[in-house]
Amino acid sequence: MDLTIVWAFLIAFAVAAYVVMDGFDLGIGILFPAFRVGKERDQAMNAIAPVWDGNETWLVLGGGGLMAAFPLAYAIILPALYAPLIAMLLGLVFRGVAFEFRWRDAAHRPWWDAAFCIGSMVATFAQGITLGALLQGITIEGRAYAGGWWEWLSPFSLLTGASLLVGYALLGAAWLIWKTEGEIQQDARRMAKWLLPALIAALAMVSLATPFLEAQYYQRWFEIPGLFVTIPMPLLVGVASFALWRSLKRDRDAHPFLWALSLFLLSMAGLAISMWPDVIPGRVTIWQAAAPHSSQAFMLVGASILIPIILGYTAWAYWVFRGKVGEGYH
Amino acid sequence: MTDADTALLLARIQFAFTISFHFIFPSFSIGLASYLAVLEGLWLKTGKAVYLALFRYWLKIFAIAFGMGVVSGIVMSYQFGTNWSVFSDRAGPIIGPLMAYEVLTAFFLEAGFLGVMLFGMEKVGKGLHFVATLMVAIGTFISAFWILSVNSWMQTPTGWAINAQGQFVPGGSWLNIIFNPSFPYRLIHTVTAAYLTTALVVGAVGAWHLLKRRRAGMVAPTDGSQNAPSSDEAVRKMFSMAMWMAALVAPVQIFVGDLHGLNTLEHQPAKVMAMEGHFESYPNGAPLILIGMPDSKAEKTHVLLEIPKASSLILKHDPDAPLEGLKSFPREDRPPAEIIFWSFRIMVGLGFLMLGLGLWSLIARVRRRLYDWPSLHRFALIMGPAGFVAVIAGWITAEVGRQPWVIYNLLRTRHAIAPIAVPAVATSLAAFVIVYFIVFGIGTIYILKLMARGPEIGEPQLARAPIRSAGITPGPSVGRRGADPRPDQSEGAD
Repeated sequence: MDLTIVWAFLIAFAVAAYVVMDGFDLGIGILFPAFRVGKERDQAMNAIAPVWDGNETWLVLGGGGLMAAFPLAYAIILPALYAPLIAMLLGLVFRGVAFEFRWRDAAHRPWWDAAFCIGSMVATFAQGITLGALLQGITIEGRAYAGGWWEWLSPFSLLTGASLLVGYALLGAAWLIWKTEGEIQQDARRMAKWLLPALIAALAMVSLATPFLEAQYYQRWFEIPGLFVTIPMPLLVGVASFALWRSLKRDRDAHPFLWALSLFLLSMAGLAISMWPDVIPGRVTIWQAAAPHSSQAFMLVGASILIPIILGYTAWAYWVFRGKVGEGYH
Repeated sequence: MTDADTALLLARIQFAFTISFHFIFPSFSIGLASYLAVLEGLWLKTGKAVYLALFRYWLKIFAIAFGMGVVSGIVMSYQFGTNWSVFSDRAGPIIGPLMAYEVLTAFFLEAGFLGVMLFGMEKVGKGLHFVATLMVAIGTFISAFWILSVNSWMQTPTGWAINAQGQFVPGGSWLNIIFNPSFPYRLIHTVTAAYLTTALVVGAVGAWHLLKRRRAGMVAPTDGSQNAPSSDEAVRKMFSMAMWMAALVAPVQIFVGDLHGLNTLEHQPAKVMAMEGHFESYPNGAPLILIGMPDSKAEKTHVLLEIPKASSLILKHDPDAPLEGLKSFPREDRPPAEIIFWSFRIMVGLGFLMLGLGLWSLIARVRRRLYDWPSLHRFALIMGPAGFVAVIAGWITAEVGRQPWVIYNLLRTRHAIAPIAVPAVATSLAAFVIVYFIVFGIGTIYILKLMARGPEIGEPQLARAPIRSAGITPGPSVGRRGADPRPDQSEGAD
């Protein structure tokens, strides 16, 4: 068995877990100013307060796991995306501390609410840019990044950044529909109805632009056998979008989130199809970037025991805080 | 200075700055998580409201400190790649898996149970809640285990081989890598430091409230309602627990520190010689330079105060043992003595002050004046931040002392850096400095405000019965420990 492939899937899993889990709590941060000061904002915060830390841990696993399993990729991608990654980290600092700080200091709560929102937006936008920059290609010489420190900046990377803002916001709204009731739930539903068409438009633009970035993507998507995936993909996205729309119309609680999730999973599957088997598209394959077998094997022992346990107690923590949230602190 | 030198310097300052800030939080939360577990355990065992009050009080402070530790820690996990990409590429196959294990065994454990620990008492019941607290505490320790294994491997690399791409790869058993020669000492020394740091903070908060209440008592001696008994008891309890910790752990720490130093001398002699300020070699026993000013350029230390033969006595446990000074190492392999000579002295000096505090508290206990000795309380208050200062000073000694290597004797720091242009690093460094001082400065103010408020009686439904002062008469209460939930005031009465 090729452990490199196993690790490629595991890293992809960590990234996917991160995107869907931190996606909804970043999304609530993005939408935060749209909620009324007081009860609504407190409820929105309480819907994620017990879980955000665990959600963000997947980001650390994605980064740490990439370094461990594909050190060359880690060593090239991170310097290439220096500015957006530093911005992301600083954004996460602001929003992370806001969870506690806003309760500690009522006089400055508007400031921490702003920090929560702007931090979430910056982090999300930076993650979207990271994705776009990775897709459009990175300049490499030898075993190192060889581009300038603005190479990541392009219309395409700004588009992916903006798309992710819309996407996370939709996830956040859908999470609130699930976890809250009353006025805030109505508000979240209203927002979701705006965000869904925006996301579909964004997905369409990114999907149309991607094949023209690299010959590899074009071949993947518009030549046989890729065409067999290309044709059903928009169809599946359409079905998920329609189901999401209908669940919003019918005032369902949990369904919108699950359908929004499926939209994300479809997008990520599309990305994987574009990139496979590269870790840096068009430049470095997963095998070129892979750590030696002994490193991968050593980690796999731990990962195969620990990840199921982690998923178990993460599920338990979500279960403990199931149901609709109130507005009080802790 | 060339551009490359400037970029290197800025990247090093950025790493030093972000890790020093980050290190403050875990060195507090490792100890505090264990303290919380002890408090909750004691509450479950004895049912005394005072433990619950203390648990809730410190839990609020823990939540803020832990949050700041998390966000500053995420920064660290990415900075290896953003600024030290050559290091990541070359050492990734070895340190990457260790850090991945840290995430899998520690971070998820902490994060998964933190929500329940902070918000879940009413939802899961006491037993499971205690389990959650224990898991968080264990998680902080496991995290220290892995990250210190990584750090120790960079100090004393073992079990490696080099592959065709120039990467350090596992060269045999992973146990050789994880349990590299300096790891056991560093782990015990660092975790003990974390416990001591927390004890000093808890002790200082207790001391501050003892002093405050004493002053309030002097102003209005008959106002019994000022000092609700249970909150008084909580203050005394935390001060007493912290002083026990200081008295027991400070001597252990000095002993462990000595062992760690001997281990360092064996594996990184240049570091120890720089710590001691020894440029010359001493064939017949080296003096201990207590106060001096090392000068790397002139290759000598201007000595103000020294004790003959004491350096050899401490390092070799033999006053006449020879020591090879820094001059016996090539210039380009020497760490900067100016920095670590002093950082080491600050750490050791504070360590002995901690020992002094612990001993004083024992004397106070014997004389039954633990809660009634203002100068002891003032000393404990001043020593509140001493743990943090010592931890940072010790960390500087270890890391600056590792220079000019990032992986000792194998990879130089200046060969490990990422290809980031000067303006990019300068901007990010400025951003980190501004954001960290604002965010963590404000967080510290919030923590200090919580500390100033003092512990209060727990939620009404959780206390056994409303606890009141013993009527209008202040002073010694008749309650004894155990049978009565009222506080034991007999020791503190004057």
